[in-house]
Amino acid sequence: MRILIYVWSFLRNGFLLAAFFSPVCAQNITVVDDRGVSVTFEHAPKRIVSLLPSLTETVCALDQCHRLVGVDRYSDFPKMVQRLPQVGGGLDPSVEAIVALRPDLVLIGTSTRAADHLRTLGLNVVALDTKTHVDVERVMIKIGQLLEVPDPHKVWRSIDAGVSSAAQSLPPSLRGTRVYYEVDPGPYAAGETSFIGETLTRLGVKNIVSAELGAFPKLNPEFVVRANPDLIMVGQRSAVGMTQRPGWSRISAVRNKKICVFPADQSNVLVRPGPRMAEAAQIMANCLSTHSSTTGLLKP
Amino acid sequence: MTVRSTVLLALAVIVATFALAVLGLSVGSTGLENVVKYWLSPATSIDHASMAREIIWEIRLPRTLGAWAAGALLGLAGALAQGLFRNPLADPFLLGSASGASLGVAIALVVLGGGTGLLGNASMISSELSVSVFSSNVWVRLGLTGAAFIGAILAVFLTLLLSRGVGHTLRLLLSGVIVGVVLGAATHLVLLFSPDVLQAMQSFILGSTVFVGWTSAILMVVVWCFCCVAVWLLGRVLDGLSLGDATAFTLGLPVAPMRLALVLVLALATGTAVAQTGLIAFVGLAAPHLVRSLIKTTSTNLMLLASLAGGLLLLAADILARGLIAPQELPVGVLTAVLGGGYLLWLMHAGSARRVGTL
Repeated sequence: MRILIYVWSFLRNGFLLAAFFSPVCAQNITVVDDRGVSVTFEHAPKRIVSLLPSLTETVCALDQCHRLVGVDRYSDFPKMVQRLPQVGGGLDPSVEAIVALRPDLVLIGTSTRAADHLRTLGLNVVALDTKTHVDVERVMIKIGQLLEVPDPHKVWRSIDAGVSSAAQSLPPSLRGTRVYYEVDPGPYAAGETSFIGETLTRLGVKNIVSAELGAFPKLNPEFVVRANPDLIMVGQRSAVGMTQRPGWSRISAVRNKKICVFPADQSNVLVRPGPRMAEAAQIMANCLSTHSSTTGLLKP
Repeated sequence: MTVRSTVLLALAVIVATFALAVLGLSVGSTGLENVVKYWLSPATSIDHASMAREIIWEIRLPRTLGAWAAGALLGLAGALAQGLFRNPLADPFLLGSASGASLGVAIALVVLGGGTGLLGNASMISSELSVSVFSSNVWVRLGLTGAAFIGAILAVFLTLLLSRGVGHTLRLLLSGVIVGVVLGAATHLVLLFSPDVLQAMQSFILGSTVFVGWTSAILMVVVWCFCCVAVWLLGRVLDGLSLGDATAFTLGLPVAPMRLALVLVLALATGTAVAQTGLIAFVGLAAPHLVRSLIKTTSTNLMLLASLAGGLLLLAADILARGLIAPQELPVGVLTAVLGGGYLLWLMHAGSARRVGTL
């Protein structure tokens, strides 16, 4: 009996020692995703399928693009992901194609039902939601830790600094420019609480759609005519015929031709809540400064 | 049946319409307010007064008129379809003509370059001839209306072809539903391959009076006048038809050409309304039943009254759409579906067996 106890304690100590000297070999990584589901990984994922452009861009911004084995059809940045197999859209992914890629991590948005389906097939699914600047930081740190990237905070800091420097590049005279950003000719606007609105706020300009109206309100166009913005930002796809809308000819931005029409590739940068937010801020800053120089002073 | 009750109802609807129109001029992005006050009062600054004038003249007046005219066209089309196909369930949507019209609009936009299509380019934002659902150029509006008209005609004929005539009610309705669903799917398919048009068409498919300007409003009013005259001239064939084809024939009515002409009027009214305001549900179905639940009258009178009632309904829905959560808006098509659908349900359950018989 006593011998058995000795043997047992010997073995136990041996295990403890082994665990002490090689801490890497059995350390699991556990993340809790934005739906509250906790997922445990035995090692950092090496085969990733991303079903949301902003998550694809986040993985690549962390310099882990090589771990991606498949993306959704809307992921088009950086260029190298265009060569990867496409597995449908975030809302309508091709489950078979995903399973065939044998991923050890599927990154997906929270607004799709596909997550549960993929999970029942035994895949590690992490659903993440980015709607604001804070979300972008949180998601970036979370993915960074999951992929065991040495210092994800550093990547975030440089993005954040990029937004600040875009804001600082604007002359003080442009502070308080009244801006209307239209995301859809419904007309739906980007309000102060939206991702786009947060970037506008950091640039120091005034969004005519205040926070209490929500992130993307469907507005009465009369509201825009009354608010009389100095500058309008709009994607090319919804810009057609904008100046001909009833009563819009009296809007200061329309009269002075201060309308920034963003081509599709720039629109993608602007509307995706992801690591290219510094670039987005720079695009908006360029729009502001270009239109201030061509037609004189903007009204404060 | 008396002339007097018909005239009284017409007067009542017209008075209510004018009252709502005045209300419509006072409801905007700040909810209910009296903008005329700014306009006339000498105390307000010139800038303020000119803004108030432009908001009323350029935005609220054409929009109010446009909402009324679109409702009037849909009400007329609904009553016409119900009489023409001797079917109380017929309306521009059930016969597939509205889906056909919207497919016509979608194809026209894709071909002519709504946004960055075949003929489009990036500088079109301020060009006069830019082709868009919301364009106010008269040629663009006429073109879209023409496309919607052709689409609506083809859809109605396709429905008639599939149902092999109007004789069999169930077959007619089933064909109409099938044509509507298939053409609706075709519209989505067309839009799927042209994302530039998709965005603008999305609000259009829900029905929208948001950007109705003078061009659209006047176009709809002109077409409405034309349709009313046509219905007034041709309406008596429907009274004959309500007794059966054979009776109508023995009454000496040229049934076939008159029926064809009425189908064209139906397509024109539907197409014009859909081309300006998109797919607005239930007005065409609810308006004739509203009139029928109040009085019994001839087909011609029913159509004209249903038209006035349709205008009233859509006007009311439009005012609610912009007033309820101002400065945000509800899609007007969603409101008409809820209000019109609720009203029809109420009518169905409140009515006695006799009234259900007339439904």
